[in-house]
Amino acid sequence: MFYIYCPYCQEHREEEEFHAAGQAHIARPADPDNCTDEEWGDYLYFRKNPRGLHHEMWVHAAGCRKFFNMTRDTQSYEIKEVYKMGEQPQIVSEQDSIARGTA
Amino acid sequence: MTQNNRLSSGGRIDRSQPLTFTFNGKQYQGFKGDTVASALLANGVDIVGRSFKYSRPRGVIAAGAEEPNAILQMGATEATQVPNVRATQQELFDGLVCQVTNGWPSAEFDVMGLVGKAGGSFMPPGFYYKTFMYPQSMWDTYEKCIRKAAGLGRSPRENDPDIYDHINQHVDVMIVGGGAAGLAAALSASRSGARVILADEQAELGGSLLHASESIDGRPASEWAAEVIAQLEACDNVQLLPRSTVNGYHDHNFLTIHQRCTDHLLDCAPIGQARQRMHRVRAKWVVLATGAHERPLVFANNDVPGCMLASAVTTYIKRYSVVPGERLVLMTTNDSAYQAAFDWAESGRFVVAIVDTRAHPGGDVIDEANRRGLKVIAGSAVIEVKGSKRVTGVSVSAINQLGDKALGPVKHLTCDTVASSGGWSPAVHLSCHTGSRPVWRDDVIGFVPGNSQQKQLTAGAINGTAALSTCLQEGFQAGREAAINAGFDTVPSISLPKVDERHIGAAMALFHIPHSKPTSRAPKQFVDFQTDVTAAGIEIATREGYESIEHVKRYTAMGFGTDQGKLGNINGMAIAAKSMNKTIPETGTTIFRPNYTPVTFGAVAGRHCGELFDPKRYSAMHSWHLKNGALFEDVGLWKRPWYFPQAGESMQESLNRECKAAREGVAILDASTLGKIDIQGKDAREFLGRIYTNAWAKLAIGKCRYGLMCGEDGMVFDDGVTACLADDHFVMTTTTGGAARVLEWLELYHQTEWPEMEVYFNTVTDQWSTMTISGPNSRKLLSELTGDIDLSRDAFKFMDWHEGTVAGVPARVFRISFTGELSFEVNVPANYGLYVWEKVFEHGAKYNLTPYGTETMHILRAEKGFIIAGQDTDGSVTPIDLGMDWCVSNQKPYSYIGKRGMNREDCLRKNRKQLVGLKTKRSDVVIPEGSQAVADPNEPVPMTMLGHITSSYYSACLGRSIAMGMIRDGFERMGQTVYYPQPDGSVIEAEICSPIFLDPKGERQNV
Amino acid sequence: MNKYSGFGLLKHGLSYHENWQRAWRNPKPKAKYDVVIVGGGGHGLATAYYLAKVHGVTNIAVVEKGYLGGGNTARNTTIVRSNYLWDESAHLYEHAMKLWEGLSQDLNYNVMFSQRGVLNLGHTLQDMRDIQRRVNANRLNGIDGEVLDTQQVQEIVPIMDCSANTRYPVLGASWQPRAGVARHDAVAWGYARAADALGVDLIQQCEVDDIITEDGAAVAVHTKQHGLIKADRIGCVVAGNSSVLAKMAGFSLPLESHPLQALVSEPIKPILDTVVMSNHVHGYVSQSDKGDLVIGAGIDGYNGYGQRGSYSTIEHTVQAIIELFPIFSRVRMNRQWGGIVDTCPDACPIISDTPVENLFFNCGWGTGGFKATPGSGHVFAATLAKGEAHELAKPFSMFRFNDGSLIDEHGAAGVAH
Repeated sequence: MFYIYCPYCQEHREEEEFHAAGQAHIARPADPDNCTDEEWGDYLYFRKNPRGLHHEMWVHAAGCRKFFNMTRDTQSYEIKEVYKMGEQPQIVSEQDSIARGTA
Repeated sequence: MTQNNRLSSGGRIDRSQPLTFTFNGKQYQGFKGDTVASALLANGVDIVGRSFKYSRPRGVIAAGAEEPNAILQMGATEATQVPNVRATQQELFDGLVCQVTNGWPSAEFDVMGLVGKAGGSFMPPGFYYKTFMYPQSMWDTYEKCIRKAAGLGRSPRENDPDIYDHINQHVDVMIVGGGAAGLAAALSASRSGARVILADEQAELGGSLLHASESIDGRPASEWAAEVIAQLEACDNVQLLPRSTVNGYHDHNFLTIHQRCTDHLLDCAPIGQARQRMHRVRAKWVVLATGAHERPLVFANNDVPGCMLASAVTTYIKRYSVVPGERLVLMTTNDSAYQAAFDWAESGRFVVAIVDTRAHPGGDVIDEANRRGLKVIAGSAVIEVKGSKRVTGVSVSAINQLGDKALGPVKHLTCDTVASSGGWSPAVHLSCHTGSRPVWRDDVIGFVPGNSQQKQLTAGAINGTAALSTCLQEGFQAGREAAINAGFDTVPSISLPKVDERHIGAAMALFHIPHSKPTSRAPKQFVDFQTDVTAAGIEIATREGYESIEHVKRYTAMGFGTDQGKLGNINGMAIAAKSMNKTIPETGTTIFRPNYTPVTFGAVAGRHCGELFDPKRYSAMHSWHLKNGALFEDVGLWKRPWYFPQAGESMQESLNRECKAAREGVAILDASTLGKIDIQGKDAREFLGRIYTNAWAKLAIGKCRYGLMCGEDGMVFDDGVTACLADDHFVMTTTTGGAARVLEWLELYHQTEWPEMEVYFNTVTDQWSTMTISGPNSRKLLSELTGDIDLSRDAFKFMDWHEGTVAGVPARVFRISFTGELSFEVNVPANYGLYVWEKVFEHGAKYNLTPYGTETMHILRAEKGFIIAGQDTDGSVTPIDLGMDWCVSNQKPYSYIGKRGMNREDCLRKNRKQLVGLKTKRSDVVIPEGSQAVADPNEPVPMTMLGHITSSYYSACLGRSIAMGMIRDGFERMGQTVYYPQPDGSVIEAEICSPIFLDPKGERQNV
Repeated sequence: MNKYSGFGLLKHGLSYHENWQRAWRNPKPKAKYDVVIVGGGGHGLATAYYLAKVHGVTNIAVVEKGYLGGGNTARNTTIVRSNYLWDESAHLYEHAMKLWEGLSQDLNYNVMFSQRGVLNLGHTLQDMRDIQRRVNANRLNGIDGEVLDTQQVQEIVPIMDCSANTRYPVLGASWQPRAGVARHDAVAWGYARAADALGVDLIQQCEVDDIITEDGAAVAVHTKQHGLIKADRIGCVVAGNSSVLAKMAGFSLPLESHPLQALVSEPIKPILDTVVMSNHVHGYVSQSDKGDLVIGAGIDGYNGYGQRGSYSTIEHTVQAIIELFPIFSRVRMNRQWGGIVDTCPDACPIISDTPVENLFFNCGWGTGGFKATPGSGHVFAATLAKGEAHELAKPFSMFRFNDGSLIDEHGAAGVAH
């Protein structure tokens, strides 16, 4: 069971106060109406789902109700960092750091 | 029977407190401080059960958590039955009732034992995979027989009278195990001021110190333990938890401790006390000092009662003052087991021989054995046990250096007890729970904890450490380090006490004792007693290609018992490895999972059972509903009035009456459960426009509007009315069940996509009581209750809202209608809800004001064709599919949520299912909800289904049944007939129509 | 392959079981196969078996990074049923059900398929509407099913608390008598043995670490232990790890891998004859032939490949079981464990071609994988043999997530597991 530091409350709290909210850093397309079905489907459904480092969103549902980001190892379950919405992770996997740049 | 095996003095039992207990219907005596197992052994009870597969008689083997055989049914009454109680861990109390779990007519004379004897050789591992297949139709019958043999104990048939607690704890240092290393760790950690919990599964802290032969600082080890425990007890920052098993070690240093509070006292906890408690512990650092389990050796007929672990013999003699036999043969691969023979001899009983598998054993213990005049047979092994219900003797043979061949000659020794020791397996279980793999060490001849990602240290025998002094040293060190790691900088170090201990000689890595016959032909050599897995069985498994250790385990069932293979797994792995000519590390180990030992379901559940399984939410008017005979419906966590039956009424009669009241007079609904979200900020209006499918730009202050909410996929997921309180202030209503989800949805989009928008959300569901007064007389009734709100048709228009007072209480009144009637929704602060509700009834009496519940609400809205999100929609329906194009704006500049989704190829295609009305051909027939439509009722199965009925009722006001449902291409099929085949074979015929059955022009509400 | 039978067992008993044949060989991989199946779980082994048996393709390898049947096949709660709502899923699972009935004889390996019936309980009026809808759809699709009221449920499971006093009283249930449980390990082993006998190479301890493509087509897998293994077609059946494999081939999938936990009690004497499932209180339970109560928990909400979930999920599950069966309160929980399920947004699987030619995926079964094993293998074998989707597999293309033609079993509630 995870022990999660909420970057807004600035406290460790039990996992039961939080919900996982899926992959982080997926921006809603700026102009949805000009997306193809394929692009829209990619945005809606297709996910990285990595084994290893994962940037994901959580919400402090039974706390401050804030969404925030977390970098977590999906294999060891170790939480590497949490950071606020709009911020970028400090810890990235090798492949990600190559692929990023624009994100 | 008297306690023949009880020594006249010694042990840690309290002879002043004799206890009476019942085993297999017979009364026995023991003492306070006994376990059930020690008391049974004291009384000379040999057979404590029959084995699972072969029904062989079995006796007590061990003295702790690793016991596989002494698994009993306990409980004096039906409600207090506990299956599978491990007799070696259950403390004796007066009046305890227990019995064996298998064996008919008794465990002594079990009929199935004959079957096991005769059929044993035809039941190799996995035999059921190879047979019972033909003919196919017989499987049910075969399985019934197989199933008869299932299980150990039995479940109670009555509800548990006990309660169970949970307690959440946060500690700096959590120490698991109260033996030498654990006590040392606790002592050094406690000196730092760190908050420490020390938990141990046994009744008494001290572990092996309680029966150790070593002395510490010149005194018996048990005295040192007592002193340390007293010191720890005096520390405010230390919590000592005996009878408390750390059963699971979870991620991020979360551990659960299963504490038995009253199991050692009574069958059932005294009233007001919890029987057991689960500590849910979050620890900064953990010290595992869980010790080690002795391994028995695997030899022919090693399961005959009288075969025991060497350490168990010592434990029973030293702690319980019980010698479980007269004549002992000890077989060992190592020094530690010699102590059992010394203890045996000291209690005045006869040691026949110590059979040491090592050709040249050379530790201090050999000298001591010689000094005591005990016969040591080196380079030999007990290759077979004689006897069936009790050991009568053993066959001893010389073995080769590798330990895989019996060299003979075979000698016979007469004895009634065989103790064996194959060395010690570190109790690595907890360290594996979060995924860490244990590592084999040849010098330990065992697996030790591997690298862990947890903040965890280990100390003592879990590391494979044998010497007591080293265990203490590791304990002191780990406790200190854990405290420092947890943030305590002043941790005084403790000087190591002086331990007087023997020099330990090298042990032999031997697991499986060779027989003069090959394993396949030798008498059964048991590896896992509880699941009846033998060495031959493991060899068959590998012979058949089940080579992965997981395959071996699963194919043979090794380790699947309630002891989870604590005794047998390492031996089994060694045998599997040997049979494949591999090493143990090459073969690998299976991973231990929680629980370390079984845990009562009730303790895991805690108080969250029955009434407290989930919270209940009530509106402020709930007590009134109860008083007035409401029946309730569960909606989310809410208890909502379903309908209000009057004496003698059927449900349909109630509904007819309630519906008619709303259409012809006046009726009232408690709508407090609808979700209410207060939305403020200068961008609130724009936000609504993005979240809802329809337009919000022009909604004036004082007006309300209905809105549909979709996901990004364009599918409807919630709906409700939102009112404009000010240009920057709105109140949104949601469905009862969807309130929390909608709030999170709003927050999600605000926080992640549009953080630049100035808008704030807060739930106000609990702040307001909401009553919907509906019907032609609603205006008249409400006007009696308010002086400051002009309710006239022109001053208070449909979809307006006004602020004022109702029954003298500040209120927001909305003229909205879910019934199609003239209708006012009165919102008052929840604390006044009941008061206002009662006032409304005071005035309503003369209008025959009628309360109605959710069912009537559903009928009234269905007459009007209004949807219920979640009933008429299911996550695959767009607003267009619902015929609600009017609620979808194409003018909004922002591509609101759902817009792109509902324009995907599949959402635009022809032939989608659409929501329509359905009128049955026979007006009195109500189509059951969930019925599936077909075009051709005579089509053979599988039939082509067109859609299902989502809502269906008898409408008293219309004098006929009405229904709504999805129909493929429904909008294009108005007037066509569809058929609803029923489970009873009948078919209901219905015509597709508009879902608006009543007042299509909306005139009734516009009065 | 020597046939297993009661007589054979006697014969072997008399020769001390010294002459049993291997259930499958332990071959070295060849350089090239017609089809390489990645993943030696139930679905992968079934795929290989039906490829060889039905389509005559025997030059096949199944490569498995661990041991056969060691993933979710070894970790599920063994429930088999076919009472799914939508036509597409119902037909697929019923196809599997028909293969289950007779599987032991087909494989000559007793998979102990036990049709003891499955109850899906309803606790709210909406639950009951959903149950009615699903059972009606099942019946018209030719799948057995009945809607039971509280009294009828109580008669089938006398030990369940069907009173009105519980937090969420049981209002009724759907009942599929042909549904039940099977011995999970035996399914993998039975398929493995039968596939091996038809010449399929089962290669254990062989981890794929790359999928090699040329001109947009897959041509080989690269393995840690045995290097390159070429193939005309590659089928990936690696529940839990599908996204990881897809990434090797350069695309992503609409999947998230979540921990799914289960637990068992200590073995107790038979007391529960049927499978009882409740979505509303979130728990399901059956009793194995060994006597364990086999209990399934809900999915943990986060992504996880650790084969373990959160303790709070276990707590909620146990609470649900005691809510339904208060008499189990004093029974004890023996063991818990977890698997990795890859879940699709619409709670339906993917059996599909991919953006990479000659590369096919069978994944996304979420919590529904075990029950589909024979059907999944059967249609995936056809898909691999012909290079295009089997009729029953067509609706399960991964491209449905782009055009929006999802098969939303979520919407059907009552059938999440």
